[in-house]
Amino acid sequence: MTPPAIEVRALTKRFDEVEAVRGVDFEVPVGEVFGFLGPNGAGKTTTINMLCTLATPTSGSAHVAGFDVVTQRDDVRRHIGLVFQDPTLDSYLTAEQNLKLHAELYGVQSDLVAPRMQQVMEMVGLWERRSSPVATFSGGMRRRLEIARGLMHSPRVLFLDEPTIGLDPQTRRSIWTYIRELKESEDITIFLTTHYMDEAEWCDRIAIMDNGEIVALDSPDTLKARVGEDRIRINTDDDERAIAAIRDVFDIEATVSEGAVTFGVPGGAEFVPRLFGELGVPIRSVSVSRPTLDDVFMSYTGTTIRDREENDVLPAQRAMMQRMAPGGRG
Amino acid sequence: MSAQAPVVRVSVPARSLGSELRAIRIVWRRELLRFASDRLRMVTALVQPLLFLFVLGSGLQKLSSAGTHGVSLKTFIYPGILCIAVMFTAMFSAASIVWDREFGFLREMMVAPIRRSSIVIGKCLGGATVAGFQGVIVICLAGFVHVPYDPLLILGIFGLQLLLAFTITAFGVMIAVRINQMQAFMGVMQMVVMPMFFISGALFPVQGLPGWLEFLNRIDPLTYAVDPMRRLVFNHLSISPAARRALDPGVTWWGWHVPALLEAGVIVVLGLVMLGVAIWEFSSTE
Repeated sequence: MTPPAIEVRALTKRFDEVEAVRGVDFEVPVGEVFGFLGPNGAGKTTTINMLCTLATPTSGSAHVAGFDVVTQRDDVRRHIGLVFQDPTLDSYLTAEQNLKLHAELYGVQSDLVAPRMQQVMEMVGLWERRSSPVATFSGGMRRRLEIARGLMHSPRVLFLDEPTIGLDPQTRRSIWTYIRELKESEDITIFLTTHYMDEAEWCDRIAIMDNGEIVALDSPDTLKARVGEDRIRINTDDDERAIAAIRDVFDIEATVSEGAVTFGVPGGAEFVPRLFGELGVPIRSVSVSRPTLDDVFMSYTGTTIRDREENDVLPAQRAMMQRMAPGGRG
Repeated sequence: MSAQAPVVRVSVPARSLGSELRAIRIVWRRELLRFASDRLRMVTALVQPLLFLFVLGSGLQKLSSAGTHGVSLKTFIYPGILCIAVMFTAMFSAASIVWDREFGFLREMMVAPIRRSSIVIGKCLGGATVAGFQGVIVICLAGFVHVPYDPLLILGIFGLQLLLAFTITAFGVMIAVRINQMQAFMGVMQMVVMPMFFISGALFPVQGLPGWLEFLNRIDPLTYAVDPMRRLVFNHLSISPAARRALDPGVTWWGWHVPALLEAGVIVVLGLVMLGVAIWEFSSTE
């Protein structure tokens, strides 16, 4: 059996007072697209930095492509590709010069540089623009070029830290198309982080991270199935009364979320006629949806990712709040 | 999209001395590429030295003709200008480390399977080369300030310039490694570069100074580049011994006349020490 592409055991990272990553364990088999999902400040980037040898773990161990990230740093580096959250291209140089420089930095055999470069640039649709300076590229093109560069040396594991952050929906979609194609063509393992719930659906498996810990890890479908219930959102003339009525009549706790009264029930479609018949509060509109990863996140952390980020509390404060409310997790 | 061309698979060799030399060459060459693509920088780095040489040199001539024994003030400060032209450019090169950090490219190099020291060494050699080019431009101006185009002189000047450029780049990198923002680096530069230049004796003879200034002059590293440079240039001028004594008295340590070779040695040793510090600092950042 081939060893896993990534193997992490009780990994922690502490910065002075704050424990950014608090003992995470996981394995990523070869060939998987594995996603780290969580709000900003959950410890995703810190974890990726440790896996990429950019940060030293405080304790625990991690192996990438079979090599230890602390004792075999150079071997890890030879076998991984990286696309950072912030751009790291040299905008003075052309697209081609950037890729060539990368290939030389990694010592790629010189006779293979040209064909490999054409291949990765064609894959991200930038071959025609190879002679343009990076300074003339849009944000989406730069990200695509970074992905191409990360692939130049045929890494075994490609790390993508928030690969679609700050891009428009259409570009985000095309980036995901490349990532999925990559999996088919390149015999590669992909590890990425995102805080976009809808994007996590593209992954084979996801780990939900919150406050430096993994709170759930499985395929998106399994995670959603575990939530079980459908989400019902209703708009009413009087949300307060509606919530009270839902509690009294159906014994269900509803909340107001993003402007609508929201609650979960098994078999949502069958529930709607009862709702209209028995609620006693006029309903203006109703929608029923299968659980999303947002709901999954909420069921594990008791809050939505967006709320988490809007609160924008310091990790230390958050950690304290977490400790004071130990029942906050499902 | 779904072209069935076979995937070109490449592999990355294990690290070796060869791969480090290659890395040094890459960083060095990138420094040159950037310099070539940034013509504005070539010009701006020359503006100040030329201002000092031609404006200050011509303007102050009126006041100082009595003290220069018939030697043009421009000729007198020319050796200093040869040094600072290199110094400014070398500092700009070092600044690119801050620039690269601010704009992310440094990370691309830091995660590559190469040693951090290769990055620093490549950077310093690149800075020295680029500054050398700039130095050549100033050498070309020799005729305008009554300095002969003697091949030996030019070679000597160029050699000293390269040494100085390497040391200054190492000094700049040593500072730049600790700084994250371009503005902060520029601030530090202003605080360090201009005093070093003024104190070095680029604009005045270094004997008979007030005690405090003489002390500062002797601990200013740039002094040990300006002084041999001036001695070298004056060796090729035909001027009176009196003028020579007044304008090129040479640096002394407690009355002992420091030989030019030792001065060059001071520059080299300083450069190597600062290179070492820069490597150590750079390797210990995450």
